[in-house]
Amino acid sequence: MKRAIERHLNILEFTLASLLRRKAKNFSLLAMYLMVVFMLASLQFFVTALKREAAIILDDAPDMVVQRLTAGRQDLVPTGHAAEIARIRGVTAVRPRLWGYYYDALNGANYTVMAGDDTSAKTESASIGSGVAKARNLAVGDLLPLIGYDKAPVMVEIGTIFPSGSDLIAADLIIISPANFQRLFNLPGGQATDLAVTVRNPKELATVAAKIAELFPGSRPILKSEIQRTYQSVFDWRGGMTLMILASALLSFIIFAWDKATGLSAEERKEIGILKSIGWETSDVLLLKFWEGIVISLTAFLLGTILAYGHVFFLSAPLFVQALKGWSVIYPRFQLVPVVDAYQLAVLFFLTVVPYTTATIIPCWRAATTDPDAAMRY
Amino acid sequence: MRRSLQFLLFTATVLAVFLLLPLHARHEQRHSGGELRQLRNLHVTDLCLATEARYTRHPAMADRHAPFQEHPLALEHFPSGSLILPTRLNRDKP
Repeated sequence: MKRAIERHLNILEFTLASLLRRKAKNFSLLAMYLMVVFMLASLQFFVTALKREAAIILDDAPDMVVQRLTAGRQDLVPTGHAAEIARIRGVTAVRPRLWGYYYDALNGANYTVMAGDDTSAKTESASIGSGVAKARNLAVGDLLPLIGYDKAPVMVEIGTIFPSGSDLIAADLIIISPANFQRLFNLPGGQATDLAVTVRNPKELATVAAKIAELFPGSRPILKSEIQRTYQSVFDWRGGMTLMILASALLSFIIFAWDKATGLSAEERKEIGILKSIGWETSDVLLLKFWEGIVISLTAFLLGTILAYGHVFFLSAPLFVQALKGWSVIYPRFQLVPVVDAYQLAVLFFLTVVPYTTATIIPCWRAATTDPDAAMRY
Repeated sequence: MRRSLQFLLFTATVLAVFLLLPLHARHEQRHSGGELRQLRNLHVTDLCLATEARYTRHPAMADRHAPFQEHPLALEHFPSGSLILPTRLNRDKP
């Protein structure tokens, strides 16, 4: 046992010396490899954590949202529909929702404005997301001037600023009273943006949706499960940017594997020939190459994954956020709760470490089984 | 110390950090969600991932094929639109 360990240590010693002899080549290979693993692991951590957050947040989404479509676009829903929908068996509540978008000409930001339910709150009071507060440099008690549909200012007092930890829900949110919402957007009387429907038995949702569509042919019921599915398929591998990252990673691995599988350099063949002529067994040479593959690929895998974890969960994924920010003025800080999916990490391991190590050994086995004299003369 | 032992020591340390990641994640999961819980009564339908376009701010509530409905030649041009996919409905009806 001790002898076997000593043999492995000696071969590892030789491997490290051999790798350090071609320092520039091997360090650049390690850096490239590490970068590929880092990108793939970052993407995986980011998407998995985002899906988990979405599942938690959207658990409180309405059972069903009923929109009205006119010429293929979302239109206002008459609040009178609420009473008729409430009469459908199984429906426990229908709540008209008022929400819309407000373009702030001062900084070019888009806010999501919602009318709050709480009628006891002061009419002039508003709750805003931390993104809005940051963009307009606001604190609790400040006045936020908004411009109404008739260009008249609507002044709201900041009552609450949502903490930055809730950015994934509320970064761009402004919650005002229904009266202020009306002053801001002048919606026609008896109209709402959409209707939030609560159904007693979730199994009846599809039936209730079918009944609503039959009752109001221009309506579009959106089920909670569909809302949740939107975020489970968000950043799907078929998405543009995700596909680009996966394709570039795949291409890099093909280049690695091609470089390794097409054979060894003349210098490496000569080295194998010399090793065999001084008494190394074929198994020793294969072990040498195995360790070479492990040193590079395992180091790249472990370091790449750890760096990806730090990038996504400690630094809030600055590389991906740039793409998501786009031209937004307000953007959330992605303070995601860490999630480690062992299955996906195992897939990443088998996709990165195993092919590289195998691709290192196979051409070497071919060289190691030839005559040392022929290998040295190659 | 031998170079091989130095390498093994380094790998063992990195491996230990790697194995600590799931424990850290579990610990963070247990102590998180307080701030989000306060906002549960808002009953939001979408996450605030990008605010540049309606259909990436509220993808679940957006019109079908929203990027192409602005005007006849309105091809997708918002960067976030290349990351956030439109909703795919599985129901035939309604």
